[in-house]
Amino acid sequence: MSTRVQTQGRLINRDRPVSFKFNGALLKGCQGDTLASALLANDQMLMGRSFKYHRPRGVVASGSEEPNALVGLGEGNRFEPNQRATTTEIFHGLTATSQNHWPSLNYDVGIVNNTLSRFLSAGFYYKMFIHPRPFWKHVYEPFIRHSAGLGKAPDKDARDADRYEHFYAFTDVLVIGGGVAGLQSALTAARAGAKVLLLEQTAHLGGRAPVDGGTIDGMDPDAWVTKAREELDALPNAQIRTRTMGAGVYDHGYVLGYERLTDHAPEMAGPRHRLWRIRAAQVITATGAIERPLSFAGNDIPGVMLASAVRDYLVNFGVSPGDRTVVVTNNDDAYRTAIALVQAGLKVPAILDARPEGGGALMEEAKALGIGVETGAAAVKVKGAKRVHSVCRGVQAGEGEVLEEIFCDAVAMSGGWSPVVHLWSHCGGKLNWDAAQAAFRPDHTRAPTSHDGNPFVITAGSADGEMHLNNVLQNAANAGKTAAQRAGFDSGDIDAPGADAPDEAPLVPVWMMPQGAKKELRMKAWLDYQNDVKVSDVQLAAQEGFESVEHTKRYTTLGMATDQGKLSNINGLATLANALGEDIPQVGTTTFRPPYTPISMGAIAGEARGEIFQPIRKTPMHDWHEANGAHWEPVGHWRRPYAFPKSGESVKDAVHREVLATRNSLGLLDASTLGKIIVKGPDAGRFLDMLYTNMMSTLKVGKCRYGLMCTENGFLTDDGVVARIDEDTFLCHTTTGGADRIHAHMEEWLQTEWWDFKVWTVNATEQLAQVAVVGPNARKLLEKLGGMDVSKENLAFMEWKDGELAGFPVRVYRISFSGELSYEIAVPANLGRAFWDKLLEAGQEWNITPYGTEALHIMRAEKGFIMIGDETDGTVIPQDLGLDWAISKKKDDYIGKRAQARSHMTDPRRWKLVGLETLNGSTLMDGAYAIAAGTNENGQRNTQGRVTSTYHSPTLGKGIAMGLVLDGPDRMGEVIEFTAGGDDTIKAKIVNAVFFDPDGEKQNV
Amino acid sequence: MLLITCPYCGVEAEETELHAGGEAHLTRFGPDSSDAEFTSYLFHRENPKGVHFERWRHVNGCGKWFHAARATDTLEVFGTYSAQTTTPPKDILDTIRAKRPGFRWRDLT
Amino acid sequence: MSDVQLALGGASFDGLVQVEELAGQGMITLRGDLTDDAIVTAVRDVFGVTLPGIRETAIDGAQGALWMSPDEALLLCPADLARQKTDDLSAKLQGAHALVVNVSDARAVFRLKGTMLREVIAKLAPVDMSPGAFGPGMVRRTRMAQVAAAFWMDDASTARIVCFRSVAAYMFGLLSISADEASAVNHFTR
Repeated sequence: MSTRVQTQGRLINRDRPVSFKFNGALLKGCQGDTLASALLANDQMLMGRSFKYHRPRGVVASGSEEPNALVGLGEGNRFEPNQRATTTEIFHGLTATSQNHWPSLNYDVGIVNNTLSRFLSAGFYYKMFIHPRPFWKHVYEPFIRHSAGLGKAPDKDARDADRYEHFYAFTDVLVIGGGVAGLQSALTAARAGAKVLLLEQTAHLGGRAPVDGGTIDGMDPDAWVTKAREELDALPNAQIRTRTMGAGVYDHGYVLGYERLTDHAPEMAGPRHRLWRIRAAQVITATGAIERPLSFAGNDIPGVMLASAVRDYLVNFGVSPGDRTVVVTNNDDAYRTAIALVQAGLKVPAILDARPEGGGALMEEAKALGIGVETGAAAVKVKGAKRVHSVCRGVQAGEGEVLEEIFCDAVAMSGGWSPVVHLWSHCGGKLNWDAAQAAFRPDHTRAPTSHDGNPFVITAGSADGEMHLNNVLQNAANAGKTAAQRAGFDSGDIDAPGADAPDEAPLVPVWMMPQGAKKELRMKAWLDYQNDVKVSDVQLAAQEGFESVEHTKRYTTLGMATDQGKLSNINGLATLANALGEDIPQVGTTTFRPPYTPISMGAIAGEARGEIFQPIRKTPMHDWHEANGAHWEPVGHWRRPYAFPKSGESVKDAVHREVLATRNSLGLLDASTLGKIIVKGPDAGRFLDMLYTNMMSTLKVGKCRYGLMCTENGFLTDDGVVARIDEDTFLCHTTTGGADRIHAHMEEWLQTEWWDFKVWTVNATEQLAQVAVVGPNARKLLEKLGGMDVSKENLAFMEWKDGELAGFPVRVYRISFSGELSYEIAVPANLGRAFWDKLLEAGQEWNITPYGTEALHIMRAEKGFIMIGDETDGTVIPQDLGLDWAISKKKDDYIGKRAQARSHMTDPRRWKLVGLETLNGSTLMDGAYAIAAGTNENGQRNTQGRVTSTYHSPTLGKGIAMGLVLDGPDRMGEVIEFTAGGDDTIKAKIVNAVFFDPDGEKQNV
Repeated sequence: MLLITCPYCGVEAEETELHAGGEAHLTRFGPDSSDAEFTSYLFHRENPKGVHFERWRHVNGCGKWFHAARATDTLEVFGTYSAQTTTPPKDILDTIRAKRPGFRWRDLT
Repeated sequence: MSDVQLALGGASFDGLVQVEELAGQGMITLRGDLTDDAIVTAVRDVFGVTLPGIRETAIDGAQGALWMSPDEALLLCPADLARQKTDDLSAKLQGAHALVVNVSDARAVFRLKGTMLREVIAKLAPVDMSPGAFGPGMVRRTRMAQVAAAFWMDDASTARIVCFRSVAAYMFGLLSISADEASAVNHFTR
């Protein structure tokens, strides 16, 4: 059984018990435990069930590479699935549940999949479930859905209870990894004067060195780490962030760091995670190495663990995974585990070393402790169900003949070490195959390059492939020096400390154990624990013709689980290479992609949630609208009132009321969102002539003109009223959504094409609140306010004047988008609310009625005025809309003119704008198509037009619409048929688009 | 995420401050142009693997458009320069010639 | 005028720093060649400061000038003088190629007070806020989370941030949550 031992445990505090729950049972751990170590201390070796076969699985590793021990953490709003027990620090009240089992972890009915396993081989989705097709919905899918999958998604009503944030940091040298290599790199770079930021994903510095032993500068590694930390802490140019993972390395020195602030202590206030958005001149990845499993039958039975993990649990947490542990290895490092176990008073019945000659100094040390070593040996298979029962020993060179059954309750395996090259590779760093170490190592001549074309990533220590402690430190110091130099700091001499550790004998690559294992053994030898991919699956894929490692990955799902194949990658591609009869480097690796381990969605979103999920733009009158029941409509980031329903009134009724009140008496519109761009300079008229289809340079000071703007490919993009302020100055109104875009459009042409034009622009949209006072009583209201002459004689239609109204400094435009007598009045934004209130108060006697965008739209449609975004969709030119009158014939050029002369644009068959009225007075559907005779090549009905705007007109008491129709203007009075949802159609008559007051008598009073 | 220096305000700006504006140094063809000229101006773009000349705007910054000479394969930025020019300046072309001997881009070599 | 109403009515928040919507900040945009002698002289006459160099500020009491681009400056003065100064500067630049626009109402201004202001800004803007890279006398136009903004430091523990008026509530929300007492990063200070 696994249990807490009396010795060791450098990371735990035995005097501080911590209680937590696993699957409802109350358990005790110690402060400093991970969930995995605490579960092991409680003899909870079984931590989950596998993805496909629901096989019982125990913890394999001790760090972020763990594939098996995934749990659901927390409850309710704080529930998170698929969290690694090995990287979860325990705290009082932690609640964890195991995943992917039913009805319980110990007894799972899904294990029957085991017996179906021969049907669930590589590519089984593609092969087994193709026919018959109806089976998909009723048999296959329910079966797969029920049996596959890892953690459950959080409840749909749950809302993340935590908050998150981002932080932008800039540094000369970023060191990722706080092991002895990372610390040494940081020290060297910081001593040279570079600004250094060091990230360590766990809560502790030092990495593996304190577990693996040896001495640094004659000191215990722990003591050296403490000293290094003290020196870095004292340097003003160095900073260490623990619990912060280097998640990804991106272009031009951009790195994401993932800081977990309160995961280990949820009672702490403040953000849960912080996403560091780091820009580094140089990045050192000191990310260490990961031990590889060995491929023997039964290597997934709970109790089979990486040799390094067994050692970690013992040394760091004082936990023994078993009383009797068999060590299986192809290298010297695993001997450290055997030695540590025996020194802790535990039994190691045998070390099975696959190498014919065995190991070096460490083997001698183990033998001296009385541990039996079998060389040239293999674990033929491990027996057991929910726990290791025994190991069957054979010879590595054989096919699986069992020579001896060794009873034990744990197996420590080691297939050698793979440098963690992920972060080196994220941004394009290339790898070389090192046959001696049987590992991919960074190729320094092909490093990721930055904006200046120079390398910006350096690997250090065992991440670079150095495995001996002394070499690790030397290598790391070199990396620190190089990084500092590249960032412009010269460190002079290399300052690496000397380190002592036993020399190790070379490993012998072992990709299958025993090398000639028969099929029934290979079918039980797991490569990818999380996705249940076995040696036989990869071999089958190769047999079936999958030669590319990228294809094999997708076909077998090898390395595609949440651990991204940290343990399985190299073993998998070595197996593939063997099956294909190729060398490993020829087969190559799959692509390493960020993040290194999954990061929370919350961290990615940062502060953007709730009220500040996105910027909501508010006008100066927004609060009034809010307080008066505005039904909001988003227009870009603006919120505009759609209508102001009164208590008990429907939105539709409110719109109806607002239209009639405006038409009959007096309406009020908050038009502040309209763009207002000031264009000034001796060439302003010339510039606007290029920008608008109209002639603007001839506009008289004091006058307004409605203008159209097109893109260079001829399509109508914006419209609005232009006012000439003085000889050199124009004010251009844009649509609500168009202000920023049109201002950018103006700047683009001025800066990049017509830089000889003497023109300045300023986007003054938000300087001014703008209110439209609309209706037959509009003038009376302004006269009541007093301060300026707004008579027909002094302020005629399409004129503007500066002045004062009720003491407010105003600019009044006599323009109309409704066909009514109408004034648009601009006041400084900070006076907008007061002016609005004043209008409401003074207008009471005329039943002044604030109206929203829907009433605005209806009134403009009644007048046949187009709306950008309704009548236009990026494919419509002004000529389609009958706006030829707004296109100057006198100008040589304007933006879009040449395009409008292209053959498709002048095609007489282009659909043209008309008015539409149903025969029965009902309202056409928005976007409805006009049906033509026959069908097209796809069997769809032919069309001859479409509805662009459609409303029920309260003024006219019937449905009105505008639409683009083939030869429309020539077909007045003709009745055509429109789609009406489903197979229904409705008849409508083609009419003039100006439905109301066609002579404009109301607005010209 | 790219880092490009704005030649107007000197800020080494990350991509989120910038707006990409497509190919640089296009010649505008207006109403008197042929269909072929206009089509080429409006639609035909270089798509090189390697040296490219682009327009960028420091939109969340000083607001200025500028030009950048950049490698589309390695993302190396050879230099940035004024928007008010119809051809890259000599010093930038010299830099590119030194780093990418034999490069070709439209009529530039 | 008592009718003046700021976007947020002078909202404030106390945390890692004190965040306050600033009343009375007059702002005038000047477009023109900032190296043109006529323009430099006119600005000096009306605002009492010499136009600053690239990404610099020139501030004298309540008046000042911020470099916004080679042809744009933001001129500062008390809000109640902004209209007059806009007219005065326009008059002095009559005949010169320049555009002067009062934008006092178009923007919201927030003042951050406290030594942690660098951290609060660094949570929102892709700008190196370390003392060696940014300090008093400099101005930066950039993005804060999802909106355009500009900021400058009056002294080591005071900064002003300007954004569009319409997004004042968004900016105040950003600054407040970033200044949450429990969220210190301690990156610039130990």
